[in-house]
Amino acid sequence: MWTFVSPRIVFGEDALDSISTIRGNRALVVSDPGIVKAGLAERVVDRLAAEGFQIHVFSEVEANPEIPTVQRGADIAREFEPDWIVAVGGGSPLDAAKAIWVLYERPDLQPAQINPFIDLGLRNKARLLTIPTTSGTGADVTWAIVLTDPIERRKMGLGNWENTPDLALVDPAMAAAMPRQLTADTGLDALTHAIEGYTSTWHTDMTDGLCAHAAADVFDFLVRAVEDGTDMEARTHLHHAATSAGLGFGNSMASMAHAMGHTLGAMLELPHGRAVSLCLPYTLEFISREAPDRAALLAARIGISSAGGEQGARTLAQAVRHLASQVGNPLSLEDAGISQADFESVLDKMVADAENDTQMITSGRSATSAELRRLFEAVYKGHAIGF
Amino acid sequence: MSYRFPSDEWIKELSRLLNESESYESSAKNWEGDFVFEIQPDEAFPDTAYLFLGLHHGKSPEASILNASDEKPAAFRVSAPYGTWRKVIDGALDPIQGMMMRKLKLQGDLMKVMRYPKAAKEIVSCCALVPTQWPEA
Ligand SMILES: [Zn+2]
Repeated sequence: MWTFVSPRIVFGEDALDSISTIRGNRALVVSDPGIVKAGLAERVVDRLAAEGFQIHVFSEVEANPEIPTVQRGADIAREFEPDWIVAVGGGSPLDAAKAIWVLYERPDLQPAQINPFIDLGLRNKARLLTIPTTSGTGADVTWAIVLTDPIERRKMGLGNWENTPDLALVDPAMAAAMPRQLTADTGLDALTHAIEGYTSTWHTDMTDGLCAHAAADVFDFLVRAVEDGTDMEARTHLHHAATSAGLGFGNSMASMAHAMGHTLGAMLELPHGRAVSLCLPYTLEFISREAPDRAALLAARIGISSAGGEQGARTLAQAVRHLASQVGNPLSLEDAGISQADFESVLDKMVADAENDTQMITSGRSATSAELRRLFEAVYKGHAIGF
Repeated sequence: MSYRFPSDEWIKELSRLLNESESYESSAKNWEGDFVFEIQPDEAFPDTAYLFLGLHHGKSPEASILNASDEKPAAFRVSAPYGTWRKVIDGALDPIQGMMMRKLKLQGDLMKVMRYPKAAKEIVSCCALVPTQWPEA
């Protein structure tokens, strides 16, 4: 027995117009300075104002949102008393908005207490609307909240089914101005969600189709969208793929590439999508030594390899590397410009954090500390995994 | 040799396996907090049983069956009917999914548990290694 959660989703051209379908009086818009500067928050604010909403914009969310930021946002929410929280942005504002919403409704909780084993009792004060402006995170439809503890420099995987957004407006126009590098990084994040959601030990009949479809579309359309940002057909497919992958992995969990990528991103300041997708081929190869079937099945299902077994899984890993190189992304940490000294200075902590990242539990093969160390070293050097 | 579940011998065998497990030790090296597993009655098992599992810094210093739920203080308590425990030990139910679906009830500092997910998984892997004999068999 398992479950599948999803918000109502309006997607495609002019999806943003469906702001007119929400009923309420006061909206707290959660965003970041870049989104405000790009005029994307304004598009949302204008539509909310047209519907008669009183609006307060909280745009202080940083990349990789930190606990004090969401506490500040929750203080503002308690003062402003919104009946809608409206999150506009990439994964960071969306995750921060989920946490702000929970803390607004449940002032007795600390952010680190937002876990899936308790009843939160949300929706007494507000509801959550998400509007993604990147095509990658899937955070518009998932309940996961990733927050950074600035003291420990550790990312914490939090969340509860109840904090799934009520409504997601997935409008490709909101992501159409993404620069080339952001398109590449976020598209590869969506691919990592799709592949890890499909290969997760928690995958189900409800998630497999979403993940497979999303993986195929990222392989088919990412290069086009990176090379020509005005290609709206490619951008639309990618924007929808990110949400499909979010529905998939949001209900089946991600896996080892996210466990390693979370700490890699936190310690070496790499963007989330670049960090997790950089790890993905290595974790696929590692898992496939013992449990290749899911990756091999996905490779066959999306037409990459019909070899089956470890060979099929390794071909999928190679296809991920090929796509990353086609969009100009690094294939190793060395390629990414990280010095050996910087890498070694954080290796112990990365091993410890990855080992106890919540995403590790759904890996088809578990890794000891020693194996994780070898995996990180391989990611540094760009050596394929043979152990 | 197989061990009847639930029994003093069964929980002691689990404790012994944890003490042998390098991957448990490394994933739980900073863990402090003993567990009580409460086995609640159902159609297959008419009694209530309490199993105490001491856990400290990657090792399990003690384990025993308890006569009463409060015989020993424990930071964490996991409660479920007998049939649910059987599914967990047989590997048919992921206990974390079971907790999310409220089939197993976890009490204690949940923040702490969230910080050691791999240790929790290792404990379950060790459960599956205990050769287990079921009462009705
Ligand atoms: Zn991701």
